[in-house]
Amino acid sequence: MSEPAASPPAAANPTLSELFRAFMIVSVSGFGGALPWARRMIVEQKRWMTTEEFNEVFALSQFLPGPNLVNFSVAFGSRFCGPLGALVALIGLLGPPLVIVVILGMLYARFGELEVLGRILSGITAAAAGLLIAVVGKMAMPLFTGRWTWATGIAVLAFVGVALLRWPLPYVFLVLAPIAVALAWFMPVKTGKAAKP
Amino acid sequence: MNENPLVALFIYFATLSLFAVGGANAAIPEMHRIAVEMMHWMNDRQFVDSFAIAQLSPGPNVIIVTLIGYHVAGIAGASVATVAMCGPTCLVAYFVTRIWDRFKDAPWRIAIQAGLVPVSLGLIAASAFVLARAADKNIYAAIVTALTVIVATFTRLNPLWLFIAGGLLGLTGWL
Repeated sequence: MSEPAASPPAAANPTLSELFRAFMIVSVSGFGGALPWARRMIVEQKRWMTTEEFNEVFALSQFLPGPNLVNFSVAFGSRFCGPLGALVALIGLLGPPLVIVVILGMLYARFGELEVLGRILSGITAAAAGLLIAVVGKMAMPLFTGRWTWATGIAVLAFVGVALLRWPLPYVFLVLAPIAVALAWFMPVKTGKAAKP
Repeated sequence: MNENPLVALFIYFATLSLFAVGGANAAIPEMHRIAVEMMHWMNDRQFVDSFAIAQLSPGPNVIIVTLIGYHVAGIAGASVATVAMCGPTCLVAYFVTRIWDRFKDAPWRIAIQAGLVPVSLGLIAASAFVLARAADKNIYAAIVTALTVIVATFTRLNPLWLFIAGGLLGLTGWL
């Protein structure tokens, strides 16, 4: 096969078993974010979608509540193989991690009281907290490019409500989300966030 | 509430799934509030340990709900919590996919998405705060967290190595 420049994907549509295998591989390859793996698999290796199509389906999955990659698997699977495709992609994505995590849960139920295990896990949590802070930093950068906008205020209020005042998430969301959407409608922020290449 | 923990698991996680803009990482404080403070399903340490185990497992971070469910009611609890956390949003995703082309360029769609970005940013920051406060019980653990922030911000190192390093440092007993 020669290099197609910017042409649409040449590959045939995925079958159900290909869908299952692809999402299974994506799910077990990704530690802390499987998105780059999903992009590589779908756009580069299998050529089921162009980069633009991938970004569009991913934008949809970000628009919806809940885990992005879970939404993505449903949207992708249903686009090619209908409701059954959505289900197959979802099971491929969640099946292997679920089996692994339940086994780990069983081991924890058995050995969780061991002090040495507790020490290891608290070290991992300290690192994981740092990783999450780094994610917040990366997300914040395109949003607050040196200027304070309403977006800064909304993010700070969400943080204060949930982290410091410990209010229930649904209450914080139901108050802040409509205000934030109204502000976005009347005062669009130039985020400088370009579409992913 | 209800005596059957499976019913409670289902109701809480199904509700949570619809408000979790930014995914499971945005919902950690709410999961903690429900599982530890409200329902007393697990103690603080068990919750934080569950988070660490979910991070160690491959796949989407949402599988922390599977662990919470397993802790509460075994395999049945794990299944119910997972289905509750993924089911409603999957149904929404399925139906929105079919009509997405009709409104993907609509101004209201763009306003909703632009408005929700800072909300989810604040929620994920809250998750990071709650976790850091639980994990960083002494200065050494806080240093591990700070070093991880630096490494993760400036390199593209696989997070698994950071977890391994954190785990090994934990093993020494300093943290």
